[in-house]
Amino acid sequence: MPEHIDARKTYYYVFAALIALTAVTTAVAYVDLGPFSVVVAITIAVVKMLLVALFFMHMRYGTALMKVVVLGGLLWLGILLLLSMADFVTRGWLPVPGK
Amino acid sequence: MSASHIESVERLAVREQFDTAEQQKDAATLGMWIFLVTEVMFFGGMFCAYTVYRSFFPNTFGRASSSLNATLGAINTAVLICSSLTMVLAVHFAQLGRRKLIVLFLILTMLIGGVFLGIKAYEWHEKFVEHHVPGPSFHLEGEALQGQAQLFFTLYFAMTGLHALHMVIGIGILTVLAIQAWKGKFSPAYYSPVDIAGLYWHFVDIIWIFLFPLLYLIDRHMPK
Repeated sequence: MPEHIDARKTYYYVFAALIALTAVTTAVAYVDLGPFSVVVAITIAVVKMLLVALFFMHMRYGTALMKVVVLGGLLWLGILLLLSMADFVTRGWLPVPGK
Repeated sequence: MSASHIESVERLAVREQFDTAEQQKDAATLGMWIFLVTEVMFFGGMFCAYTVYRSFFPNTFGRASSSLNATLGAINTAVLICSSLTMVLAVHFAQLGRRKLIVLFLILTMLIGGVFLGIKAYEWHEKFVEHHVPGPSFHLEGEALQGQAQLFFTLYFAMTGLHALHMVIGIGILTVLAIQAWKGKFSPAYYSPVDIAGLYWHFVDIIWIFLFPLLYLIDRHMPK
């Protein structure tokens, strides 16, 4: 990828956003959101991940191949979690002889 | 500088298997990202085990999680984000070829990483004292399902332990880089080692960004 040198100010803004989101995720954990607590926590974590990956890890300047590799990795992580849960959650649904 | 010295610097800048410095840099960066994807799957197995068991035992996991020190966890998250800032600044000064500032910010990153590990060690010590380490002497106060609580703490120690191991390795890598930077090995034309070590460091930060809410912040709103 061609050379990109960010202004230092960009990093300071991203840093401030990450610290603010850490405070938000901690504070919101003490609010009763029922089952949405974990949704909010994961959403904030994903936003923080994107900030770190795009700005600190310079993924926004990454080549198309790099982006495909990373998205492929996340896709496989999704398959791991989704299929594992599909297995464990449904195990009691059908009677299995000899179980 | 002598002519032979300039030639050796240029040889170092682009190895013979690459056509251009840009191609070389892209190859190094892509290689690091592929390694990081394997790390995603490495940690992913643990996140998967965590998801399965938390879905099985949500209430016990909530109570066990609430015994962790959320204030120290939040402070440590902020500490790690500080170290990511100093790391990205080290890369930034490598791009600009500022030798002393590279060394300074690499050392700052290591020191802040050391603060993280210190706080982590203090938290682990607390858990030892409270008998919250899985094993024969495990006991979580007021919990009927001790086995399920042990599962939570097994995952807690395995995940934070693996994360801390990555931090220790990262500090080792940065130590080598700081020495190399001090000797003037890096220039605006060649600083890939600093760049990809930065990728590793930020990746470890991202893992913690997920570990913190998943381990420390379950059901915090419940009355204790």
